[in-house]
Amino acid sequence: MCKQLTEKDVCEIIASHQASKEKLLSILLDIQDASGQNCIVEEWARVVSAELDLPLTKIYDVITFYEMLSEKPRGKNIIEICKSTPCHFIKGVNIVNIFEEELCIKMGETTPDNLFTLQYTSCVGACDIAPVAKIGDEVYGNLSKDKIVDIIKSYREAAICQK
Amino acid sequence: MSKIKQVLSVNFGKIQPDSVEEYVKAGGYEALKKAFSMEPVAIINEVKAAKLLGRGGAAYPAGSKWEQLYEIQEFPKYIVCNADEGEPGTFKDKMLLEKDPLRVIEGMTIAGKVFNSHEGYIYIRGEYRKIQKVFQSALDNAEKAGYLGNNILGTDFSFKIHIMTGAGAYVCGENSALLNSTEGKVGRPRIKPPHLAEVGLFLMPTLVNNVESFANVPTIVLVGGDEYLSYGTPDSGGTKLVCLSGHAANRGVYEVPFGVTLRDIIFDEEIGGGVANGGKLKFYHLGGQSGPIGFPEQLDTAYCCKVMRNNGLSVGSGAVVVLDESVCIIDYLKSVTEFFIHESCGKCVPCREGNTQLQFILDKFSKGTATEADFALMKKLSTTMAKASFCGLGQAATTALDSCLKYRKAEFEAHLNKQCPAGVCFTNEEGGE
Ligand SMILES: Cc1cc2nc3c(=O)[nH]c(=O)nc-3n(C[C@H](O)[C@H](O)[C@H](O)COP(=O)(O)O)c2cc1C
Ligand code: SF4
Repeated sequence: MCKQLTEKDVCEIIASHQASKEKLLSILLDIQDASGQNCIVEEWARVVSAELDLPLTKIYDVITFYEMLSEKPRGKNIIEICKSTPCHFIKGVNIVNIFEEELCIKMGETTPDNLFTLQYTSCVGACDIAPVAKIGDEVYGNLSKDKIVDIIKSYREAAICQK
Repeated sequence: MSKIKQVLSVNFGKIQPDSVEEYVKAGGYEALKKAFSMEPVAIINEVKAAKLLGRGGAAYPAGSKWEQLYEIQEFPKYIVCNADEGEPGTFKDKMLLEKDPLRVIEGMTIAGKVFNSHEGYIYIRGEYRKIQKVFQSALDNAEKAGYLGNNILGTDFSFKIHIMTGAGAYVCGENSALLNSTEGKVGRPRIKPPHLAEVGLFLMPTLVNNVESFANVPTIVLVGGDEYLSYGTPDSGGTKLVCLSGHAANRGVYEVPFGVTLRDIIFDEEIGGGVANGGKLKFYHLGGQSGPIGFPEQLDTAYCCKVMRNNGLSVGSGAVVVLDESVCIIDYLKSVTEFFIHESCGKCVPCREGNTQLQFILDKFSKGTATEADFALMKKLSTTMAKASFCGLGQAATTALDSCLKYRKAEFEAHLNKQCPAGVCFTNEEGGE
């Protein structure tokens, strides 16, 4: 697993954005990325609140409003499947079913090894290669069963290498 | 004759996107140099003459917007570029940001010069975080080469651009929500008036334009408003990046001059190429989920903001989602409504509750439990949402429904009798497979 995020790390992330209130979204996204759990736990929300001199409720207002931020732990890799009409009506493959089968979880769940969370997303702006799934900042398109199997395999292998 | 016209997309794939050297070699920054020798009012007049209509969806005349901001004598003024690109089926701003970011930067810098603004912000959606890096690199290179930052082109004019990131919220594309989000706040819309030209970012006068709108500015300055206007129609100057998706044979971004027909866009071999796999066109969704739906009998309409609007259609963001006969209109509208339920910020009742209730009614149609009375109910709901919602999201959420009720009421009526012409509803399998 990833090394635990420390208060020092969190303060460094905040400092890298000049502890600027306007940069709250960037700060929270960076903390979430470094968390290893794809979330912002209360401990770090409190640090942000103190460092930026913003009420804790405001930090939570923002965390709970934006789709990409989470207060609850999620898998290391978030697999987001586009649900908007340009993807949804593409014929042939039901990519949700394939991901569910390959990961042995249902939509919205996290695998027991905490490697993947499966969720829906609105359009990610890659409709020319629909159907698509976004994993982290990567977008995978023209998905077929074989491609999905390969993609999952590559993330599993990367995780083993990191260990 | 080719229906494609390349003005904005000339550099796509031809230059290294973040290289100032290559951008300049391709004619870049000539417009900025020219702008430095022009009076601000003269530049605004060219933008007006060009009839550049906002490319973010609302088609508001950029020249008027610029004129209004120019007249306000309060400083500092801010230049904001809307790169939230959240309308499903739209991926053209992505192309500009990724393949020719310096064109957008040059356009913003010219705006900075016109309004004597020293600070610009570009709000890029969180889903494009990878592209944010390309864009940052382009900004850094422009600054190193003296086209951005302090003392641009050796003059005493300074202008900086900051990237702000979104984090997954469609409503943040609405310009006042965008400013709230840029300030690091929750992206719920503000009440208007006051207009953003008066009370915008950090409560100061602000210009908000779309990525593609800014990208047009260097060309307008360079060739002049009249020439630019002549590329398109007398009402919609220039070209438009259209995004074909869904069941279009050739999915992708294409640049067309205003004035081509919808038939050209969907069926021309060089553009949409018709329906994939020999399918038959059933309808097309224009300008994103908040846009109207068009049908085959409307294909000869000219793609021009005014003509489209007069025919109940819209250019919007430039999205053209093509759907073939395997799609059920009710099923499609349910998917659209699901999007709005998910993306509604929850601030006002007509949108938050209206979309949920609408979905409930649509669901009745797909289950065969709807009655004649539901038509009146949908109409009333749609009118209420359009009139009473706080922002454009709720106001436009039923645009697609309205087109379908107007032109394809028969398909709804068939569902009253448990008939689904597309064969999607009333089966035990999932729809759309
Ligand atoms: C719900 C909603 C979402 C919007 N999303 C976007 C968007 O993603 N990108 C954009 O440029 N404009 C978007 N707009 C339009 C903006 O409010 C605004 O009109 C536009 O940025 C102005 O720039 P323009 O005149 O250059 O088009 C949206 C509007 C609404 C109501
Ligand atoms: S219409 Fe109302 S609830 Fe819907 S997004 Fe706008 S402000 Fe929020």
